Amino acid sequence: MITAPTTRPSGDTLSAAGLRATARILARTDAQGVTRLPVLDGSGPFALRRLGFPGPQARVCMVGAMSAPLGGDRLAIEATAEAGAQLHLTAAAATVALPGRTGDAATYDVRLTIGDGARLDWLPEPLICAEGSDLWMTTTVELAPTARLVLREEQVLGRTDERTGRLHSRLTVIRDGRTLLDQETAYGPGVPGWDTSAVLGGHRAIGQLLVVGPEYEDAEQRVRLLGGAAPERLDTGGGQGVLAPLTGPAVLATAVAPDALRLRTVLDEAARNLPG
Amino acid sequence: MNRAALMVLADGRFPAGGHAHSGGAEAAVAAGRITDAASLEAFCRGRLHTAGLVAAGLAAATAAGGDPLALDDAADARTPVPALRTAARRLGRQMMRAARAAWPSAELDALAAARPRGAHQPVVLGLAARAAGLTPLDAAYAVAYENVSGPATAVVRLLSLDPFDATAVLARLADDLDRLAADAAAAGARYPAEGPRILPAASAPLLDITAEQHAAWPVRLFAS
Repeated sequence: MITAPTTRPSGDTLSAAGLRATARILARTDAQGVTRLPVLDGSGPFALRRLGFPGPQARVCMVGAMSAPLGGDRLAIEATAEAGAQLHLTAAAATVALPGRTGDAATYDVRLTIGDGARLDWLPEPLICAEGSDLWMTTTVELAPTARLVLREEQVLGRTDERTGRLHSRLTVIRDGRTLLDQETAYGPGVPGWDTSAVLGGHRAIGQLLVVGPEYEDAEQRVRLLGGAAPERLDTGGGQGVLAPLTGPAVLATAVAPDALRLRTVLDEAARNLPG
Repeated sequence: MNRAALMVLADGRFPAGGHAHSGGAEAAVAAGRITDAASLEAFCRGRLHTAGLVAAGLAAATAAGGDPLALDDAADARTPVPALRTAARRLGRQMMRAARAAWPSAELDALAAARPRGAHQPVVLGLAARAAGLTPLDAAYAVAYENVSGPATAVVRLLSLDPFDATAVLARLADDLDRLAADAAAAGARYPAEGPRILPAASAPLLDITAEQHAAWPVRLFAS
């Protein structure tokens, strides 16, 4: 068995083949309550497009200007919604992790910061791990006490009829200095136990929808089974999931499915059934 | 070196209530995901490298002198569904009763007072290991082993699986257990200086989903 490296590649490792790029987005409200974007700085594979007219919410679409991340790349996105701002981020297409020329791993780090009374929606398209790819991803969110977050994360292991690459991902959400959620996923060649009935059970698409906000502080939060996991449907061939409260003002939907389409169906069901 | 105390703590007959929990095996059997020794082994390997690694890291960090209340919060952040948080706290409360009887300690008393409804079981076990004079590696072993021996024992009852076959599954997981306990202990040793980000947080989506399915069953043999 191939042994997976247990630590991510160091940021100091200079990889001649790799690309280094950081996209930065800063949302700030002006005196009229319009969310402005004083910083909208794409680079390398990230082209950022502002959508729609100026209003309370700023909408930005990430347009993949080139194929990325390739092995050896060091990519990052930093998005901040300052107090009172509303920032809605989407992507035009899926992100495909591909092998590089050198066999090095790629890193992709997303950092979201949300101020008091601000709301950030992070709704990219799926991350697809092509055969031979090796990606270390982190998503780190810091929220002020009255900040709101809507975050969707979808991972697809391999393109159609292809074996998966390797993915290590960590999602850490800190609210008011306290860690609300800390989760690692590790899938693909050399990762022990990933393709078992305790973890994925043959599914190839994994997703989460996380919603954080003060309105979930005292709301009655019941658990809801989604897709084929629901007792009246019990269909394990499709997607299935659960929507449940975290310890704190947040709810999280976790879903698995055979493919990206059926995964999105389960996450959309979660979005329609948020408490409150 | 305090081997005898480790045997007491890790003994399946230690009265910490583990026999009432299947570690997700009852739901996996019902879904047809565990049908024999080979599928039990795959399930246990997946559980060991996700939930088992997280629990072993928490236990090792507690045994290394980390703040039990901060580690209890770290356990919550790593347990995204209420059914598994409730199960971990019930097991923690039962472990606390047994541990205070076996190895009375001020640290156990303080955690019991601060979390009267139960702290997460790996945190209590880590503190019990400290009270018993055991090392963080010992605590990681005890938690990791229980993480797979629980489902294996449950499947003997659920499927009438031959107990010899179930024990052979555990023996085949021994190398994985050795490596995992060492990794968890190394992370635990770094916790007091580096904080919770150093601890494993491996997730198992199906264990989370099926734990909530199982909790909704009207009749079940195991509590989780």
